[in-house]
Amino acid sequence: MRVMILAKSQPGSENPTNPTTEAVEAYWKFHEELAAAGILLAGDRLHPSSKGARVRFEGTSRTVTDGPFTEAKELVAGFWIWQVRSLDEAIEWLKRAPYDGGEFEIRQIFDQPTAG
Amino acid sequence: MTHSSHKAASGRGDDVPRVLDAVWRIESPRLVATLTRIVRDVGLAEDLAQDALEAALRQWPDAGIPDRPAAWLLGTARHRAIDALRRRTTLQRKAEELGRDLELEQGSARDLDAAIDDAAIGDDLLRLVFICCHPVLSVDARVALTLRLLGGLRTDEIARAFLVSEATIGQRIVRAKRTLSEAHVPFEVPQGADFAARLASVLQVIYLLFNEGYSATSGDDWVRPALCEDALRLGRVLAGLVPDEPEVHGLVALMEIQGSRMRARTDPTGRPIPLLEQHRARWDRLLIDRGLAALARAESFEGPRGPYVLQAAIAACHARARTSDETDWRRIVALYDALAQSAPSPIVELNQAVAVSMAYGPAAGLELLDALATEPSLKAYHLLPAVRGDFLMKVGRFDEAASELARAASMTRNVPERNLLLERARVAGEAALGAEDG
Repeated sequence: MRVMILAKSQPGSENPTNPTTEAVEAYWKFHEELAAAGILLAGDRLHPSSKGARVRFEGTSRTVTDGPFTEAKELVAGFWIWQVRSLDEAIEWLKRAPYDGGEFEIRQIFDQPTAG
Repeated sequence: MTHSSHKAASGRGDDVPRVLDAVWRIESPRLVATLTRIVRDVGLAEDLAQDALEAALRQWPDAGIPDRPAAWLLGTARHRAIDALRRRTTLQRKAEELGRDLELEQGSARDLDAAIDDAAIGDDLLRLVFICCHPVLSVDARVALTLRLLGGLRTDEIARAFLVSEATIGQRIVRAKRTLSEAHVPFEVPQGADFAARLASVLQVIYLLFNEGYSATSGDDWVRPALCEDALRLGRVLAGLVPDEPEVHGLVALMEIQGSRMRARTDPTGRPIPLLEQHRARWDRLLIDRGLAALARAESFEGPRGPYVLQAAIAACHARARTSDETDWRRIVALYDALAQSAPSPIVELNQAVAVSMAYGPAAGLELLDALATEPSLKAYHLLPAVRGDFLMKVGRFDEAASELARAASMTRNVPERNLLLERARVAGEAALGAEDG
């Protein structure tokens, strides 16, 4: 099964400062562990929402709103896609991520569109 | 060792068996590999790892889940390894070796982590890969041991994957471990000329696993995606352990690209859909991109292309075509020519005939197939009459097509595939009648 890990935006991630060298190294070490274990399929950080846009659908009309967006808790700052055997395995991996703050959400990806 | 109380609103984080199950899947290959280096016996190493697992199941519910569960398991298993070796006085020499290892590794819990994280673990893991796929074992045993020790699967999960009883798999694994022990198979990465042959055996086991998941040879499900995912994962791990072997990247590329078609290969009722009729929008772009990247890496090495790289290159031709009409069949024919040179087999020739018929017309393909008709190794292979029936249909020999397709149907044990072939035989039969009427 596949999961998507969503890194929730937190104060600061909308106005990112350069992370410390140690933090970057720790992140890449973790990234390499995921790759070495064969579970990492994709992942990246996202630019602040000020560089994004939203498109709202209502019937046939589409309303476009430019960023930034203010509901910080609903924003996503980065993502991973992992291939794991269970949600528990994803949780176990995520607990090892080198972060000392923030919140991450694990969501399962539909593998078989016909099964949904 | 410190223990933390895991804050888990749902209670999931406190559920020791579940957490332990996940930790085991992540850690057991490295754990068994490290222990095998210490005790020099893969069977004993796995028993020790299992003992540590059981100890965790007993102790963690009261003590809490340790902050570093992997280090806890390794530390516990190592203590047991020392006890076991000290009790076995006949293994004095091993105890001395162990003493040396311990001297190297002695220290705090932090060092235990280092023992796990250390680059040396990669070497141990690779040695374990080569042990699991050792030629002294039967192919069945290699597959079972690989899933068990490298995939971290339980015996009942392996049994389910191969539709055999748990007892059968259990015995197979016990026998395999005994065989390795009796043959004194060293815990090492083969060197020199031996390396290529041994690596080929590893690749074969991984691809066999993938294929068993990709088109199950028996049972009601045509595909078992979990097995494909296990194989892919092992392939990616191997590519990290031996990054300079183009065939490893070739195998990974092949599996990623074939895996990308997983959800397009069956209709909602589980009926298989042939490659050229698949809805390509359902192909998984992420896996295709990963596959193409792995192929590019494989092709960046000098020297002749091996069979996995060539097969991946063929799969990539399909992946790159936006519609089946855009497929570069002439390139595929050329790749099959190269494959027939590097790894000749009747199956390759069969696929080559398909490519030739697509590039140069069904009559040309039929000619190649007729040359294969007497091939003994294809006698029981249902795809030969299936493909031949297809070609006959295209050149308007409907009667012969119907009987070939029906013959193919009678030769496969896979239920959805048989139904598909029967359906095509029926269509061919009707076309034959229609042709007579006209």
